Amino acid sequence: MNKFVRQLLPFGTLLLLIAALAALEPDTFLTTDNILNVLSRSSVNGIIAMGMTAVIISGGIDLSVGSMMALAGMVGAVVMLKTGGGAPTAGAMWIGTLVGIGTGLLCGLLNGGLITALSLPPFIVTLGTMSAFRGISYVMNNGMMYDVPTYKFLGQSSPAGIPVSVLLFALIVLVAFFVLRYTPLGRYTYAIGSNRQAAFHAGVNVNRNLLAVYAITGLFVGIAAMIQTSRTVSAQPTAGISLELDIIAAVVIGGASLSGGRGTVVGTIIGTLLISFLRNGCTLLGISTNIQLVVIGAIIIGAVALDQMARAKAETT
Amino acid sequence: MTAAPHQTDGHTSVALRMTGISKRFGPVQALRNVSLTVHTGTVHALVGENGAGKSTLMKILAGVYQPDAGSVEVNGHEQSFASPAQALETGISMIYQELDLAEHLTVAENIFLGAEPKGPLPFTISHKRMIAQADELAGRFQFDIDPAAKVEDLPTGDCQIVEILKALRHHASIIVMDEPTSSLSEREAKRLFEVIRRLRSQGLSIIYISHRLEEIVDLADEVSVLRDGELVDCEPIANLDITKIVHHMVGRELTDFFPGRAVTIGGTLVQVQDLSCAAGIRNVSFEIRRGEIVGMAGLVGAGRTEVAEALFGVSKKTTGRVILDGRELKIDSPADAIASGIALLTEDRKRTGLCLELPCSWNITLPNLDQIGFKPLIKPARESRIAQEVGSRIAVKWSSPQALATSLSGGNQQKLLIARWLLADSKFMIFDEPTRGIDVGAKTEVYTLLNKLAEEGKAILFISSELPELFGIADRILVMRRGKLVGNLVKKDTTPEQVMHLAAVEERT
Repeated sequence: MNKFVRQLLPFGTLLLLIAALAALEPDTFLTTDNILNVLSRSSVNGIIAMGMTAVIISGGIDLSVGSMMALAGMVGAVVMLKTGGGAPTAGAMWIGTLVGIGTGLLCGLLNGGLITALSLPPFIVTLGTMSAFRGISYVMNNGMMYDVPTYKFLGQSSPAGIPVSVLLFALIVLVAFFVLRYTPLGRYTYAIGSNRQAAFHAGVNVNRNLLAVYAITGLFVGIAAMIQTSRTVSAQPTAGISLELDIIAAVVIGGASLSGGRGTVVGTIIGTLLISFLRNGCTLLGISTNIQLVVIGAIIIGAVALDQMARAKAETT
Repeated sequence: MTAAPHQTDGHTSVALRMTGISKRFGPVQALRNVSLTVHTGTVHALVGENGAGKSTLMKILAGVYQPDAGSVEVNGHEQSFASPAQALETGISMIYQELDLAEHLTVAENIFLGAEPKGPLPFTISHKRMIAQADELAGRFQFDIDPAAKVEDLPTGDCQIVEILKALRHHASIIVMDEPTSSLSEREAKRLFEVIRRLRSQGLSIIYISHRLEEIVDLADEVSVLRDGELVDCEPIANLDITKIVHHMVGRELTDFFPGRAVTIGGTLVQVQDLSCAAGIRNVSFEIRRGEIVGMAGLVGAGRTEVAEALFGVSKKTTGRVILDGRELKIDSPADAIASGIALLTEDRKRTGLCLELPCSWNITLPNLDQIGFKPLIKPARESRIAQEVGSRIAVKWSSPQALATSLSGGNQQKLLIARWLLADSKFMIFDEPTRGIDVGAKTEVYTLLNKLAEEGKAILFISSELPELFGIADRILVMRRGKLVGNLVKKDTTPEQVMHLAAVEERT
């Protein structure tokens, strides 16, 4: 019962928020366009948050996702421009997209490799790569962005009325849900986060699994980077600054524990949407972005505090 | 065989009198009506097997636990300690086996931690005065130590001295030392004995806990023996020798507490040859046959767990071969060991056993996903069914297999781990202290299960610190001491006394 209430809490908050916004701003909020717009914006964060969920369940953290997104976008865009010229062709865009996604994967492998091979804390490794990835992004074009004016498919097209980015988000949610629930990789991730020593003694190859978790996160960041590049038809070295904080917040609001072993895909989706709708609602209501930051901060602390109280209560009863 | 505490011969006064102490933890009666009298200016040895209640008694003295019944009297005044701070104030200092020093601070800083001499300005410390005072304190007891040295740079023996100085700074009149020599070299230990004698001559009382019986015969004035939470003997060392002490420690009736077994021992299944590892075990060799339960005895730190870990691939072995069913195994990780048919029930179920925050069923299947066909895909419905089946075979009490492991009692958590290895159906099963911290009923269930597994033809290595259960269950008993195998005894030809002797007493060479 308690567990049920706990899981329902973020979801209930989300519904309340949507209901409140619908009542306050019926003309602008409750339109298909606005909802799809919010979802499409959420897709970049949501896709990365799926990887972050696995990382946090494993007991780790990935601070580098924002910088990684900038780097993957820059690499993808420069490949498009080098292979296709100022207005890249479809073929060049495909190649650039794949290389950008591959860059994310490589960055993730680098994170995972350093964490496992050197037995370093994920916080330290990804703090370092956060800085390094950002630095490379700036160096690539002397701090300037790359324009890719024709690269619209991933971020700005909506065949059959639904944005491609939202479809990709949905697909990745399904993949993450499936992996965490039905594969040994997912199961081992929970076990490592819950008790790494016990997992090792039960025959789990801890390092290989952690490597996979960070690599998959990198892959997802690569996909998100290309969506972001397409949304703005440009790759910017400043993309995703402090994005990692939004993502970690979404995962934690969704009920994951930073000490590992706990977290769900559904929770993270709710956390992501909660933050997105909050931002959207504040904008519609004319509340400044500065105040939004304060509200989101309060929600993070409130959500975790409530979760802990419920947990403590469940343990004593 | 319950001896009354030794009556004093009038002229010595009593530093500590604990009377009728009882303490229960859940279903386990840790101490039953224990009385202990320590005289001023004496070294009082406290001995007993693991789990006999020594630590519990000392933790009550130090104010860590509160007794259910009984009283504590220090220098003639009745005391009840609500906290370790109160006990410390009354003059009782504990020196635990795991020393409790701030490694990055200096000797003087450690000694005066929390009571630093004040400097000229508010909120400052006078390092000069602190060093001087530490020097003075050390000089008073003729300790040779540099107060300005960092603790991390000191050898272990000197760290003990720092702990003692800390106690003296607290004006301790009673110092409890728990296995102080377990990590000391022989030379350092000798020096420590000198220090202890000096403290005694200055009128301090020392309660000395050790498994090393030669030390006790050497050092102690009186000896108290605890067994199963009761005081079974207390006399001056003059009346005792090692044989008598050992007898008091282990001398208990073996009843039908231990279920019998139809023994059909087959051919050799496990051969361990010349096993050594960095953690300090040297050239250990033994064999286990099909259907045989081989016990492994030894003191804490003798290398028993290290043998298990080397066999299971947790730690790297430096030499040695492991042959299972005629095939030499190559084991570099627990994953390799499990795939080769070896199981290890680790001694610390919370640290290396269970994922407490995960469901019971997940804990059971964790090492077995491959074997039950859950690679590449887990089938949740089948998983529940499997967990339910194997769980009911050993009567795990849970609300459902989906319940979190943390919601189970200690005994049931242990059963959960046993269920895991039952499912794995390994040929060679290592059980490291499987009955630690579980109640008597659950213990008997574990014994029955070990018998059943042996009857199925498995080879079982049963590591235990409790001699009665080794003698109750094992067919053969291996004895470890300081990383070496020093005994390989057939149970019916040996006695607990002989095993304890091998485990605890260095040969004089």
